[in-house]
Amino acid sequence: MNAINRLLTSAAVGFALSVSTVTAFAETPANMLVIAHRIDDVTTIDPAESFEFAGSDISRNVYSRLVNLDPMDLGAGYKPDLAESWEVSEDGKTITFTMRDGVTFHSGNPVTAEDAAFSLQRAVILNKTPAFILTQFGFTPENATETIKADGNKLMITTDKKYATSFVLNCLTATIGAVVDKATVMANEVDGDMGNTWLKTNSAGSGPYKLDSWKPNESVTLSSNPDYYGGAPAMERVIVRHVLESASQRLLLERGDIDIARNLNPEDIAGASGADGVTIADELKGRLMYLALNQKHPELSKPEVRQAFKYLIDYEGMRDSFLKGQYTIHQNFLPATYLGASDENPFSYNIEKAKELLAAAGIENLEVEIGVREAQERIEIGQSFQNAAAQAGIKVNITVGTAKQILARYRARELDVYLGAWGPDYPDPQTNAGTFAYNPDNSDAANATGLLAWRNSWDTGGLTEKVDAAVTEGDRDARVQMYLDIQAEFRETSPFVVMFQQIEQSALRDNVTNWSTGQAVTSAAYWQVTK
Amino acid sequence: MSLPPWLKTTALTLGSIAVTMLGLLFITFIIGRVMPIDPVLAIVGERAAQSTYDAVYLELGLDKPLIVQFGYYIWDVIRLDFGTSLLNARPVSEDIARVFPATLELATLGITIGIVLGVPLGVLAAVRKGSWIDQIARVVALVGYSMPIFWLGLMGLLIFYGILGWVGGPGRVGIFYVDVVPSVTGLILVDAILDRNWDVFKDAFSHIILPAALLGYYSLAYISRMTRSFMLEQLSAEYVTTARVKGMSEWDVIWKHAFKNIRVQLITVIALSYANLLEGSVLTEIIFSWPGIGSYITTALLSADMNAVLGGTVVVGLIFILLNIFSDLLYKVFDPRAR
Repeated sequence: MNAINRLLTSAAVGFALSVSTVTAFAETPANMLVIAHRIDDVTTIDPAESFEFAGSDISRNVYSRLVNLDPMDLGAGYKPDLAESWEVSEDGKTITFTMRDGVTFHSGNPVTAEDAAFSLQRAVILNKTPAFILTQFGFTPENATETIKADGNKLMITTDKKYATSFVLNCLTATIGAVVDKATVMANEVDGDMGNTWLKTNSAGSGPYKLDSWKPNESVTLSSNPDYYGGAPAMERVIVRHVLESASQRLLLERGDIDIARNLNPEDIAGASGADGVTIADELKGRLMYLALNQKHPELSKPEVRQAFKYLIDYEGMRDSFLKGQYTIHQNFLPATYLGASDENPFSYNIEKAKELLAAAGIENLEVEIGVREAQERIEIGQSFQNAAAQAGIKVNITVGTAKQILARYRARELDVYLGAWGPDYPDPQTNAGTFAYNPDNSDAANATGLLAWRNSWDTGGLTEKVDAAVTEGDRDARVQMYLDIQAEFRETSPFVVMFQQIEQSALRDNVTNWSTGQAVTSAAYWQVTK
Repeated sequence: MSLPPWLKTTALTLGSIAVTMLGLLFITFIIGRVMPIDPVLAIVGERAAQSTYDAVYLELGLDKPLIVQFGYYIWDVIRLDFGTSLLNARPVSEDIARVFPATLELATLGITIGIVLGVPLGVLAAVRKGSWIDQIARVVALVGYSMPIFWLGLMGLLIFYGILGWVGGPGRVGIFYVDVVPSVTGLILVDAILDRNWDVFKDAFSHIILPAALLGYYSLAYISRMTRSFMLEQLSAEYVTTARVKGMSEWDVIWKHAFKNIRVQLITVIALSYANLLEGSVLTEIIFSWPGIGSYITTALLSADMNAVLGGTVVVGLIFILLNIFSDLLYKVFDPRAR
């Protein structure tokens, strides 16, 4: 079924739902949380490998970390979890954690500093996708056992140079910072895989929930850990059911067969918000939608042109129409809710201003190609931009392709303009600063495809050094100010037109309280939920 | 020395199965390799370091020539090893053993509804050609052919589950009955009977009846039209007129003579309908959150999980072949000329 048919069908069903009354016949038990969610992105639940949203939700609830984020107070940043306290050496390179006493894994084994050291060493040695979150501190498979060491109930990690403590600790709150039960994992080792094959589908944590089962594309079932050191969660059982279709999720919610629907489309959110016993919870997530101008293009590299493009976006028009409820206007590379995030959004839709800037740059009859991946909202943003640009005398040719086709050209610095989305990898400002505003070697030979600034051939003009300085700043407040300054300069000078930040809307039965999807910085947590 | 006929027939059948399967695997394998999806990126994600990417590339054997990769795959399939899913790291055979019974149960109930209602409706429409019954049968079939299953499924859910509460919602069972009965056959209705757990049976039946009725309706539309057409041909034959002239009852004329002669054609129609349902109706599975083989293969295909795609393809191919063989056997039972 093509997208238009699908849309029409959704609209028809949405209309039918809105004119009919779905009666809540059932109610889930008071000690059970039932969630409808798309979980087809879960490919592994090994925290050393897991890097998808739904997989991170499982890890967040099954594994404890050295430090963690409190779902009831995410703005406070990291707090002690399995590490009761920590100290930083005078040279700023070694952090010594003191482990909490009396905590046990689901297996009954005690949680020790040795388990924590093993977990981090293992993630570095396995070198799976999220390993870069740790290896950026200089840990390598070769030096992992030297730089990450346990001694009694102390864990010492030594980085290759001094970094801001907040940077290191923020990274340890990511999924890859999960502490696994060494004895259980190694008992399931096959061919020196450090238990990777086994842990892809099993768990060995000490978190508030135990994994009962994960049936791919079907369900995830968790049961509460009665021995959790933070106290047994109120929801004794959590069932996450894979329900792909928005209208089906909405029916289940309105009938009372589930407590939370996480993937309702805007039509169903609008409909469900008027239903009896249903509330809508909005949370800002980390995904940013942006345009990027390739600085190899002789015209696009002119400062006035970069500025002009920022006035050719109908921010409010798109937010209030096809992006309604799903995105909010945001013009900075750090998503709101991140440390150092800025709420400055100075650009507005202004064709005349754009024309003036283009004229000042001596631009006439500019024609550019914009690469867009085949996702409905991105194509619509591309079309809106195309219309605005035409009014300013720029011809925009939209090339729609698969992720592989478009990304390959973007990574090869071949596209004039790229319209895409970016989500942070870990809950520290460096995650985005280190890609949007950091590019130490702009040559083709550097092939730094992981850096967005490099992909757009942008020599950041001094921002690279400022980003370097920010990751080593020990004072948290000073660090925040550094990121605010970097973003102020970035807004004015960069070839990135950051436009929107994603909002996740969950529809809940109105007896569900304390629900958190983790905002932009982390994943969903279940242990604080009550009904 | 000439082979005995039965041995020759068996050898020919097995040979044709082998060639068909090989062709099927080859085509699917090639399509999988030319698809614009990078299986390595699908596993490691676009943020992975180049070293991680390279390690997975080698792990998957993608550095080897295509023909070598295909050869390895055929060798594994011969040993009934479909490999592990690239994305969820489980053996593909385990995944298929989990999702195929869900489709089998749904398709079997669906085709049963299609046969039980579709065949009599088609016969009746032929016998009463041009009457209001024929008109109704035509409209029923037309709606069945033309209505998008996605829309009809959602409307069915809205009315029978959302508003009336007569049936269970999406999923195979309600949350209270998940994993309650031991999985012996993977068919929840059968497992519930084996376990004598009637609560689970009732709940599972309330969940399956709506999607099965939906699939049954689509089969009914096809089966009833084909039955009508076959019957009209028979009813205009001379032997039917002769039977009537001889004073045989209308019931005997229709069911003992005319219908008896369309059984072979009907078997082909039903077998094809059943095979289509066993492939898995992707849209029905999506709407009803039914973890069947259709959505399994589709998800695998979109994620470039080629082990899963090829494993699923082998199963679907085998179904078609087995149903064909079964149809051939039934021909011989019903039609002495085919023996």
